[in-house]
Amino acid sequence: MTQLTAYIEGIGLLGPGLTDWPSSRLIFNGQQPYKSQKTILPPPALLASAERRRSGAVVKLTLATGLEAITAAGLDAATLPSVFSASGGDGDNCHAICEMLASDDRQISPTRFHNSVHNAAAGYWSIATGAMTPSSVLSAYDASFGAGLLEAMTQVVIDNTRTILLACDTSYPEPLHNCRPISDAFGISLVLAPQQNNLALAKITLSLTDSNSYQLVDQMDDSELELLRTTVPSARGLPLLQSIAKQQHKQVILDYLDSTCIAVDVTPC
Amino acid sequence: MNPLLLSHFTATSSIGQGLAPTLDALRQRHAGLLPCAFETVDLTTFIGEVTGVDQVVLPEQLSHFNCRNNRLALLGLNQDGFADALRDAIAKYGPQRVGLFLGTSTAGILQTELAYRERDPSTGALPADFNYRTTHNTFSVGAFTREYFGLTGPAVVVSSACSSSAKVFASARRMIAAGLIDAAVVGGVDSLCLTTLYGFNSLGLTSEQACRPFDIQRNGISIGEAAAFALLERPPEKLDVDAILLLGIGESSDAYHMSSPHPEGLGACMAMQDALKMAGLQADDIDYINLHGTATQSNDTAEGRAVNHLFGNTAPCSSTKGQTGHTLGAAVGLEAVICALALKHHFMPAGLNTEQLDPNLGIDYLLGNRDQSISHVLSNSFGFGGTNCSLIFGRAG
Repeated sequence: MTQLTAYIEGIGLLGPGLTDWPSSRLIFNGQQPYKSQKTILPPPALLASAERRRSGAVVKLTLATGLEAITAAGLDAATLPSVFSASGGDGDNCHAICEMLASDDRQISPTRFHNSVHNAAAGYWSIATGAMTPSSVLSAYDASFGAGLLEAMTQVVIDNTRTILLACDTSYPEPLHNCRPISDAFGISLVLAPQQNNLALAKITLSLTDSNSYQLVDQMDDSELELLRTTVPSARGLPLLQSIAKQQHKQVILDYLDSTCIAVDVTPC
Repeated sequence: MNPLLLSHFTATSSIGQGLAPTLDALRQRHAGLLPCAFETVDLTTFIGEVTGVDQVVLPEQLSHFNCRNNRLALLGLNQDGFADALRDAIAKYGPQRVGLFLGTSTAGILQTELAYRERDPSTGALPADFNYRTTHNTFSVGAFTREYFGLTGPAVVVSSACSSSAKVFASARRMIAAGLIDAAVVGGVDSLCLTTLYGFNSLGLTSEQACRPFDIQRNGISIGEAAAFALLERPPEKLDVDAILLLGIGESSDAYHMSSPHPEGLGACMAMQDALKMAGLQADDIDYINLHGTATQSNDTAEGRAVNHLFGNTAPCSSTKGQTGHTLGAAVGLEAVICALALKHHFMPAGLNTEQLDPNLGIDYLLGNRDQSISHVLSNSFGFGGTNCSLIFGRAG
């Protein structure tokens, strides 16, 4: 069986009731209770004011989690290739465009249009950090976290480079929310490296499983966090973070596509 | 990189459904662009629409995937025996060892645009038969193709605007090299919708006539649609001389602006350089460049500068968007197939609609078809958000 190994050097996390990795770590390992409350998105400080005004939730979310992970790893974002993975684009923006296109006045604004591309967050990230490095921008619906992790791991192993995975999702307003009920903005960023250094938090070794492992998918200890895991695609990565927070040496099975899961052997560093 | 074989490939666009009509259209200098009469769109612009998309019927058990983008995907998959070749590959390697990597920019968003016209007047709800997952969602074309063939291996949709169906080659290469899969379906499917037509119009980027790449008077794009696919495998020891290989990939980001390219084409230059490096080739080795060539002022200027910087003014190049229109997330899928046809048939397609070349850009832009032996071609794509990807293809012999 093919196995891919990388070292996690930095984690960024933002979501309902989760404000960053250091405080969330205490929740995941049981030292603090989890209390769900609406995700607070910080303004994207790295962007110039014009771009800051134009940026939507998905941009604020990715910049926040990405910078947290990069800072923790002590790296310059401009040096890292990146993998952006999200089920969909900016929900508010998409709704506004569809609403206008269904009206008598179809003249959507240029800013709305360029923010509608799935790679808007990747574009703003590149502008904000000055990164001219390659960027992969992916979607796999509910399997988006797994797809992003696979892409990032193959970059690390095959291109022998550090990379940053930015998996995130934002919610749609009604009426799309009813068709795609993502509860709130949530994002995980991971800096992954091919070699171990003294900042490494964990070694992860990934392989694909078959469909029989679906019932073995790891869950969150806390029932509210488990609900978050199952309702936001990027939160499918939470069991990996829970395992790292608990300093466990174990195999975590992550939800991926309906016919295959991702097994991650986690070894604390 | 270890070269990968394009063991089968196909393309469907406004110039032809399948390889033979596509090659014929290129040879006959036939364009697929017509004044826009799509849906209820009231814009003065030209589009490259694929005929017969709405007559395609999805299999009963997959009817919930029904939307223009998936109909176009199915139309494309059934050309040139591609679907049968893929089934053979699945039988040979196993359904879990064949990866799926498709590019799209808008997937089936047309379905949502239509649904928004039918919202419940009292609740605002979308109609009950609207299915977000199987139509609107970016991954819908991946999910549809996966279920249609019973694939169970890794699957993803790449959606980085106009570089989407170039980047799929990069993701597939890494996953094959990592040993997670033995073969990959790569390609792009993007279909006409109001979001892109009105969106590019809002930016002042659609031309009122058929697009004229690299013309001094160029004034914008013509939007098209396409479905193009290739099957990538590790090459066997013995290859036909005219087998087509993927030899190099270069990827970069502009870090400049969301909807304008870096004015000097710096990111574009990096992508082309990295593709050459990965292929182990020099600029002189490239016999033909299929340009991104969208026909906007700024895109062609930036790309022209980048190409001139690396290749001077002697590398024959053209944009085939004057024939097909800009098929956005399917563009490089389609243009990779055009490159493969060029290599196979020793033929360089001219750019269409261009009357007076922009003299400031200093490149050898082909205004007439050229028959000439060629070994290596480069295909460029540079998209919104400053996402760049260049691919190099070559003949086995």
